[in-house]
Amino acid sequence: MTKKSEIKKGDPETTGHSWDGIEEFNNPLPRWWVWVFYATIVWGVIYTIAYPAWPLVNSATAGVMGWSTRANVAAEIAAAEEANAAINERLASVELASIADDAELSTYAVSAGSAVFKTWCAQCHGSGAAGAKGYPNLLDDAWLWGGDIENIHYTISHGIRNEDDPDARYSEMPAFGRDELLSGEEIDQVVNYVMSLSGEPQDASLVEAGAEVFSYNCAACHGEDAQGDNLQGAPNLADAIWLYGGDYDTIHNTVYYSRFGVMPPWSEEASPAGRLSEAEIRAVATYVHQLGGGE
Amino acid sequence: MSDTDNTPSLYAAREPIFPRRVSGNFRNLKWIILAVTLGIYYITPWIRWDRGPSLPDQAVLLDLANRRFYFFWIEIWPHEFYFVAGLLIMAGLGLFLFTSALGRVWCGYACPQTVWTDLFILVERWIEGDRNARLRLHRQKKMDLRKARLRLTKWVAWFLIALATGGAWIFYFADAPTLLRDLVTLNAHPVAYTTMLVLTGTTFLFGGFAREQICIYACPWPRIQAAMMDEDTLTVGYRYWRGEPRGKGNVRRRSQAQAHKAEAEAQASGPDLGGSYARTPVPNEMTDLTPEATDQGPGDCIDCMACVNVCPMGIDIRDGQQMECITCALCIDACDDVMAKIGKPRGLIDYLALSDEDRERAGNTPRSVWSHVFRPRTVLYTVLWAAVGLGLIFALFIRPDIDLTVAPVRNPTFVTMSDGSIRNTYDVRLRNKHGEARMFKLSLKGHPALRVQLEGTPYQSVMVPADTAFLQRVYIIAPPGAEPAQAETSDVRIWVEDLSSGERAYKDTTFNGRGN
Repeated sequence: MTKKSEIKKGDPETTGHSWDGIEEFNNPLPRWWVWVFYATIVWGVIYTIAYPAWPLVNSATAGVMGWSTRANVAAEIAAAEEANAAINERLASVELASIADDAELSTYAVSAGSAVFKTWCAQCHGSGAAGAKGYPNLLDDAWLWGGDIENIHYTISHGIRNEDDPDARYSEMPAFGRDELLSGEEIDQVVNYVMSLSGEPQDASLVEAGAEVFSYNCAACHGEDAQGDNLQGAPNLADAIWLYGGDYDTIHNTVYYSRFGVMPPWSEEASPAGRLSEAEIRAVATYVHQLGGGE
Repeated sequence: MSDTDNTPSLYAAREPIFPRRVSGNFRNLKWIILAVTLGIYYITPWIRWDRGPSLPDQAVLLDLANRRFYFFWIEIWPHEFYFVAGLLIMAGLGLFLFTSALGRVWCGYACPQTVWTDLFILVERWIEGDRNARLRLHRQKKMDLRKARLRLTKWVAWFLIALATGGAWIFYFADAPTLLRDLVTLNAHPVAYTTMLVLTGTTFLFGGFAREQICIYACPWPRIQAAMMDEDTLTVGYRYWRGEPRGKGNVRRRSQAQAHKAEAEAQASGPDLGGSYARTPVPNEMTDLTPEATDQGPGDCIDCMACVNVCPMGIDIRDGQQMECITCALCIDACDDVMAKIGKPRGLIDYLALSDEDRERAGNTPRSVWSHVFRPRTVLYTVLWAAVGLGLIFALFIRPDIDLTVAPVRNPTFVTMSDGSIRNTYDVRLRNKHGEARMFKLSLKGHPALRVQLEGTPYQSVMVPADTAFLQRVYIIAPPGAEPAQAETSDVRIWVEDLSSGERAYKDTTFNGRGN
């Protein structure tokens, strides 16, 4: 490059511009370059005619190609559903207990169930299925209505204590305090007894009296040894897991006012309120069953 | 409006270039490189390599669907993508090395744009003839039968090469024989056809028509390379101090006559040797090549334009180093040929380093090629390049055939079980790079109270299928009251052992207790 200036013969002409004596060489752009630029303009105009582009007051021009992202999504969903139709049908018809033994089916069910769970279940049970106060944790080994695949499937299909599905799981604990079934003293005693079962700190002097209150009023559902009863949705009071909380005030509240947790029915066959197909329910049941607590 | 009339046009039409055929050492070298690189490109996808029944038998395969890259005996998984990064770093350092030592040697010899353009020009010459014939054809305005036939033949030949080029590309991404069958029977995936079509189109356009325009206007490399060259870089240049003043025919004779006349006059006015003994000027006598003589007499350049006519970039190397020059060295071959014919030493146009100019002008020999190539800078590049390469080879040999990654599930951080024990969940990905299924056993190293449990099986072992990353949910459980159950976090190490080969691998992770 340095020698170029010495060989004046090769110098291009200047543009005629001069700034303080500094002149600009004219190194013209190739003409095809400018034609490419014009071509992009033409392309741009055609594009705005072909595809949705020009904003109007309430919408935009639709474009002559009829292209629409929403229609594309709908078509993709339809295509995916069609592709999954066969395995969904198989999933909906096989024995529930045999899903886990079929590698292809269970893999599909777990990933489909994961999507169903995150769409419809995560609002209450949490995206990690760890639940919240009043909403059961689905990862642990404590189940109110049973944790085998059949029971999980039934619970999801019909829900808990709802009025949309006559087959919903239903049980109701009396409000011992509000309805004056027990005196304040008896409630105090039984709460301390319940706390003693799982080793929570309690007033030991009340435990013995509480045990008597328990056996007359609570054992019918929760069992003599307070192990609970899955058939009635009665929780185990002797384990380390509390749905609403294991401190004195919370247990006292539970005994005084009772609890009434509700879950909607999901099966569209069982109830008009249901939103999920049989295959989707089986998928999400399989998913929940393999989260770590399934029996 | 006289002002605008004086303003030169901002756009210029492309000047068509008709490179003349040339032969010589560099041309031969370029033919060899062309054959080798194109051979590698077209043949590689068809090489088979037996990897067992469950893996593809294509030697080089970028299996995007299954996220594997096969290169003969090497199989790269997605998590080993650093190998590709390393290779790219090596390619970058290699470019630095070659550019600082030999200028734009990549552009001139190995760049696909150069190689394919070379091939297209060769085909063009076979069909339409050499430079002069092509020029005549170009200047012939009327499209007669002959011109139409030649043009059509050339374009069809170009198109077939372009089709083979675009076609070969897609064979790197799928089993070549299957894909070829699918392509021919119109059963291949639309992406295959689209890719092939785009690459066919660009090859046809870039190699046949755009050619040097790509190098000058589209490629960033010519603009970057100046930063990597220095005064010791060997690059194609013109010894203007030897070649100038250039001239041919009458100019040359006149200039020579002038020199002889001056010499004769000098002799005539010198010491008297007896009048009639004065030396008679000899026509066409070669002046000797001392710098003093070249300063007065004509230079070696006879302005035959051979160097310009063979140039695929359409430039004149005698104007000095310029951005358009891809250093293909064809002008060296052309000039050497001419120098041999006129009985001058070769190398008027040659690989030169800037730092040698002063030495040569002073009549000294330039420093050797090796002293230009071996400099601290190039040695440093070589060392870096080799270090990355050795690092990659080392990594390749120590990488295990089994591997695992552990992703602790943090939603929730832990689960309290009904007996009060604390359970953590881990998504463990077990990689079996073997060609057959293997039984992997998991175990734990950490607080002795901790237990490990696998989802879906009562055993501590799990069968991992061949060439698979298998996702296994793993639970670690701390009994109630145990230290890890109460602590905030405890360190644990998950071990995996291939039961048939005894290979082991581990990953460290943490266990969250109630304190978390």
